[in-house]
This record gives sequence, structure tokens and C-alpha cells, in this order.
Amino acid sequence: MFHIRDRCKGKMEIKFSGFGGQGIIRMGLVLGRAASIFDNKHATLTQSFGPEARGGACSAQLIVSEQRILYPYLTQPDILVTMSQEAYDKFEHNLKEDGILLIEKDLVRPHPPRKKIRQYTVLATRIGEEMGNRIFANMVMLGFMDAVTKIVPQEALRKALPGMVPDRFIKTNLVAMEKGYELGLEKLSHSPQT
Amino acid sequence: MKSNTPAVLTGAHYWDGDFACAEGAIAVGCRFFAGYPITPSTEVAERIALRFPLIGGVFVQMEDELGSMAAILGAAWAGTKSMTVTSGPGFSLMQENIGLGAMTETPCIVVNVQRGGPSTGLPTLTGQQDMMQARWGSHGDYEIIALSPSSPQECFDLTITCFNLSEKYRVPVLLMMDECVGHMTEKVVVPALGKIKVQHRRWYRGAKEKYRPYVPAKDGVPPMVKTGDDYRFHITGLTHDQRGYPVINPACQKQCVGRLVRKIKDNADKIIILKEEETEDADVIVVSYGISYRVATKAIADARKKGVKVGSLRLITVWPFPEKRIVELAKKTKCLVMPEINQGQVYLALERCAKGMCKTKLVPHYGGWVHDPNDILKAIIEGAR
Repeated sequence: MFHIRDRCKGKMEIKFSGFGGQGIIRMGLVLGRAASIFDNKHATLTQSFGPEARGGACSAQLIVSEQRILYPYLTQPDILVTMSQEAYDKFEHNLKEDGILLIEKDLVRPHPPRKKIRQYTVLATRIGEEMGNRIFANMVMLGFMDAVTKIVPQEALRKALPGMVPDRFIKTNLVAMEKGYELGLEKLSHSPQT
Repeated sequence: MKSNTPAVLTGAHYWDGDFACAEGAIAVGCRFFAGYPITPSTEVAERIALRFPLIGGVFVQMEDELGSMAAILGAAWAGTKSMTVTSGPGFSLMQENIGLGAMTETPCIVVNVQRGGPSTGLPTLTGQQDMMQARWGSHGDYEIIALSPSSPQECFDLTITCFNLSEKYRVPVLLMMDECVGHMTEKVVVPALGKIKVQHRRWYRGAKEKYRPYVPAKDGVPPMVKTGDDYRFHITGLTHDQRGYPVINPACQKQCVGRLVRKIKDNADKIIILKEEETEDADVIVVSYGISYRVATKAIADARKKGVKVGSLRLITVWPFPEKRIVELAKKTKCLVMPEINQGQVYLALERCAKGMCKTKLVPHYGGWVHDPNDILKAIIEGAR
């Protein structure tokens, strides 16, 4: 099984992207909190903050590192999460040549992946809708992403959720995360380009 | 209204710089806030508006920034620790009353989460263009203290330091954040209440009839009383004697303003916080503050890979300027490089102190984003030649 942890000891650069309202920045917050509070790592989250982040392309940049993070910005992401076509078109070319690409299957029509890219797709929004609201799509995607990248232990991710979403939605978000995680494990057992 | 919510949220949190600043203020005992929301500082006000009602603090959304600054001065004289938060346009409006704070020696904190200017400029994007305004923004001669954090943890820690310095030296203290740090999220560790160093107000404890508001203690700073405690006192923005009454002549001006200046200048060594890394045998030293320090670390690492001996001096305290240390470093290094997200502001002080003893290089930026580390790297390499 492919473990990004083994490959990239030290530092991982992650970009979450989509459109405003999908909970893109929330994904970065939950993963950053999981890594820095519950997995003994350092995590710095920066976000595009401006009028362009209201409905248009929106992104959050997260660095997760074993060491203290001084330079807080991404140079080239190791992992790219795309939740919209616009985000995919805008950011895909900057993903590392052997990076991991995560795609919202209904919302992004990708071109054939570059040679060494590991590309995984998930119907995050549809699963969210089946759970009652597409707003849960981000946690499906986050669980899915964690399963394929193993960037933090699943338990850390679960622990990081309270406080990051309204209390009455913690349970549903945890279920969404779990579903994504299971799908991710499933994908890993098959070929990555599906 | 008070609840069982603890004032100090001891533990590890994942906060942005704005939230951390608000929590730092709460932890050190600030219980009065007056402000007018402005991006990118709004989250500080939001956090305080959410938390103050639960811990017995007073949050007032004012009509504007002139009123905000006036209100925090009044609150300080009523005995509380007080603060306001703003960004460039609001900071301009606060200048007159910052001067009143300096003249009346009123402890308080002004947080400026800087964005690009001039005028309304870049509301959501970063800048470090208010640094000289921080130093000289109000009219007249006065000394001020300004600190610059580089991380959310420092937003928490340095907000506490700002309050402590303000109480100790009785002067408005400015926390000069930048948008990048305000909106950056990282782990922030809040210590237990007993582990947080708190400088309490220096109260006058002598006989009531002998009280004179401007009789200084040994370090040049007078102790304070508060309104409602049966002291008779007068404070004014006019030049005043030790009783606090206006005396409009050169002798009193010299004594009054002289002390405002000296209490900071004479204690500069105690006030200034610097962080030096590998400056010992450096050919080039990068002098930076705020987000620019963190951006410069990449250029410094790249330069070292190329074999350049480069060190770093970070100004955690920007004002008062660390004149002595800059002079010492200028004597033993080839070049001082300063990246700033402005067209050269703190750089003017750097250049003045270097006095031609070494080269100085400004790496300017118009704002909206941080430097490309390669621009700083280029300056380092040129400086080492």
C-alpha cells in the first residue's frame, strides 16, 4: 500500500480548492487542527482571502511538517484536492509531478492524469446529498483524502472535528468523514487511476 | 452578565492570529474594548464581542475610530485594561487621541492589523505600510512602543507583552500585525492562568491629599489612580506640571515632554525584544519583522546552501528602534538587508544607525502579497560581495 508518510518525511504541502460555500477552508482547519493538536506535528494554514473567495474559486493552503514551519507558504503542493472544475483548471498544473490528486467526481471532468500523478476520485457531493445535505461533502472528501494519503491517523481527524462545526452537526460530519475514509481504503486496494 | 466560562482558555488551540490576539488580551486581564470593525482586524473584535459578555468585560462598537480611541483612554482612567483594534484607515483616525494617550500617560493597546494602503487601499491584502505612522503618526514629540508578531502564537504572547509594557511605562502600546499573520492559522498554546506574567497597574498608595498625578517614580513613570476613588486630579492634553494643570511655557514643556521621551529612551534596553540567529560571523544580516521575517527565512536558508554566511536579526520590538544593536552589527558585517512590505520605512532607521559603516539594502514591496523569497536572496548575494 502506498504511504505518502514514508515518502515525504518532513514536510507536506496540501492545497484544498473548490468554490466558496463548499467548506474548503473548513477542510484545511480540521486537518490542520488534527495534525497540530492531535498528531504532534506542526501545521500552518493560509487562505486566499478576498472578494474572489465569495462564490468563485476558493482555496486553502496547508503545510504539515515534522519540524517547525518558518516559511508559511506553499511552493508546489504534494497533495491537491479539487472540488470544482474551475479549481481543477486553475491549480492542477502546479501539482508536483508525483503528487496526489483528489477529485470530486461529479464536479470535475479531469483530463488524463500526468504520468506519475496518483489520481483518486470520489462522489463526495452525492454522498453528502444522500446524507441529507451536500454541505457534508467536504468531510467525505477529507476522510477520503486521509485514507489515501495517511497524512494523519484517522483518530486524530475525528478528534479535531468538535469545535470546528456546530455541535449538533458533529455526529453527521463524523459519519461523512467515516464514509469517505472507507471509500478511500477501498480505492487504495484497487488501481489508483479510477 | 457573567457565566462559568473561564477567561483563560488554557490548552492547545488551532487559532488564527486575530483570534489569538483577542485571547491574549483576555488572558492578561483586558476587560474594555471599543472599536469599529475593519478588515482584516474584524475577527479580533468578533472574538472579543463573543467572549467579553461571558467574562464580565465591556465591548462597545463605536461610531468611528476617533471615538474608539477616546473611549479606551477613558476606560483606562476608570481603572480597566483597555484596547482597540483597527487597520490602516482607522489607525489614521486614531492618531490624535494616541497622542493624547502619550501626553496623559494612559496605558492602553492599539492593535493595527495592517493592510495595503494608502487610503482604503487593499482591504483584504497585506502590507507593512503603517510602520512609520506608528512611530510618528500623532503630532508633537513623544516616544511610543510598537511590537510586531510573526505567528498566531506570538499574537497571543505579544498582546500580553504589549499590555504589560503599557502598564509599566504608562504609554499606548501598538501591536503592529500584518494581514498575513492575522489570517494565518497555527497551534496556539495558552498557559495556565498562574503561568501568565501580568503587570498590574501601578497604583498610587500614598495619602490622598498629597497625590500629584505626574510625580514620577524612580524609573520616570508616575503611579496612577482611578476615577471614583476620591482623588482630586486633573489630566489634560496641554503641557502640564506635576499637578496635572496646564503650564504653558518652555520650562514646563521641557520637563513634561522630556520625561515622556526619556521614560522610554532610558528604558529602551529593557523594552526591546530581538531575536538573533547566526549573526556572529555573518557577512550579511537580514533585519526583518512580522511576516517578512518568516518569508526571509526561506531566502536565508537558500543563501546558506550557496555558502553565503548570512544571519538574521528579527525586530520583535520595532519601536523603540534597537539603535545600539544595529550600530554594533553594522561595525562587524558587510551588509544589512531589510525586506519590508512598503517602500522603505523602518529601513530609514536602519540606514541612519548603520551610518555608512556597512552597506544597507532595502528589499521593498508595494503590498498585496509577501516578497518572493528570491528577491531577498538576490539582495543577500549582492550584499555579500
